[in-house]
Amino acid sequence: MKIGVLALQGDFREHRISLEKLGADVTEVRLPEQLQGLQGLIIPGGESTTIGKLMLAYNLLEPIRAFGQTQAVWGTCAGAILLAKEIGRDQPLLGLMDMEIERNAFGRQIDSFEIEINVPFLQSPEEPYHLTFIRGPIIKRVWGEAHAMLSLIDGRVIAARQGKLFATSFHPELTNDLRFHQYFLELTKSEYTG
Amino acid sequence: MEQLVSGFAVKKGLAEMLKGGVIMDVVTPDQAKIAEDAGAVAVMALERVPADIRADGGIARMSDPELVLKIMEAVSIPVMAKCRIGHLVEAQILESLGVDYIDESEVLTPADEVYHINKHDFKVPFVCGCRNLGEALRRIGEGAAMMRTKGEPGTGDVVEAVRHARAVYSEIRRLKSLPEEEVMTYAKNIQAPYELCMQVRELGALPVVNFAAGGIATPADAALMMQLGVDGIFVGSGIFKSGDPSKRAQAIVKATTHYNEPKILAEVSRNLGEAMVGRSAVNLPEAEKMAERGW
Repeated sequence: MKIGVLALQGDFREHRISLEKLGADVTEVRLPEQLQGLQGLIIPGGESTTIGKLMLAYNLLEPIRAFGQTQAVWGTCAGAILLAKEIGRDQPLLGLMDMEIERNAFGRQIDSFEIEINVPFLQSPEEPYHLTFIRGPIIKRVWGEAHAMLSLIDGRVIAARQGKLFATSFHPELTNDLRFHQYFLELTKSEYTG
Repeated sequence: MEQLVSGFAVKKGLAEMLKGGVIMDVVTPDQAKIAEDAGAVAVMALERVPADIRADGGIARMSDPELVLKIMEAVSIPVMAKCRIGHLVEAQILESLGVDYIDESEVLTPADEVYHINKHDFKVPFVCGCRNLGEALRRIGEGAAMMRTKGEPGTGDVVEAVRHARAVYSEIRRLKSLPEEEVMTYAKNIQAPYELCMQVRELGALPVVNFAAGGIATPADAALMMQLGVDGIFVGSGIFKSGDPSKRAQAIVKATTHYNEPKILAEVSRNLGEAMVGRSAVNLPEAEKMAERGW
């Protein structure tokens, strides 16, 4: 299974390590031709403005939009922002998912936090998952083909899915718990359901 | 089912998100906007860049909180600010402003010649400078959640940044190869906490992210530091002391991403205009060497 990790900026190495532990063959993607032959793509955590500008500068926006029409794409934090159609400010986006995201929605770094939460759609859902939010975004609204997958107790949405596209406002790559990456690998194998 | 916890992982986590990126020194909200538009992952808010601190002399202190706040308002990316080594009250003030990272920095005049700040006491994460592995692990022992090799700030001369990065990574390689019974003596010799030495030996890397700083002035300098193994780049005077800051900033951002692609590096290095003038770091008088500050 060949999976790409967008490696323009951010914690792409952590995604790579998690995927390799699950036996995936990982390619770092910095230029459009590196998307060839991939069955899935992860857009990592990082600075969404920086990653967006580099995607624009190296002509990656259109190729990744095309890739996302048929293949699985997962964005974590900055990656989730880049997948959204609306974020209420002007910066380069992929705009693949029917969702509105608010950047830095929990506040500044001193408001960053970790929680333990049960995630019903993962393997062993009775085992809580350790979620890390770093100046994290929230998913304010989903419509059309997208639906909310996970919320905090106060109702704020922190994960959404649209067919084979998946967005999380937290960072499973910063933990040793591979269940989210396992979930994504299964998504890459699933048939597109729209 | 939901439980709030918070700790070092969150402090260290922001630095993980900055990796592969460029953090730029800015002295006005307008410069901060230019940096953000050029693709900076964060900005360092300060009153004077190191080259001007050198030129002006006198005591360099924490920036005016008003300036820091205006820069925080101007951009959506993380904002860092510097406090003097050992000046825990400047750090408390910066934390109260809500800055995203505090740099306990040798660029400012040290407030304490013996002790650094106990960074575990703060909720805001700290980045600190180092010249070698021992210094890095002492700062991490005090609670630093990110390191940067010091280089020689405000010179535009990359030689000290290279020296410090080479020192850190060659010491890590050496530590990794040591049999366990030699680690305590190694820890004693480099004056580092034993437990952290054991951790580095096992990881084969520092337990926190490490950027390069101090003297990086060109895209090639940034790519050189990335090839030596650092996780990202701080550029101080190199951008806003150059002929075309926006263009140079964008070029350094691209060079930090594509640091292994000489063709792209050649492309981004073209027609950047004047680089900062620079001063030879090796020939600086001892009293002017900022990297010697702290221990």
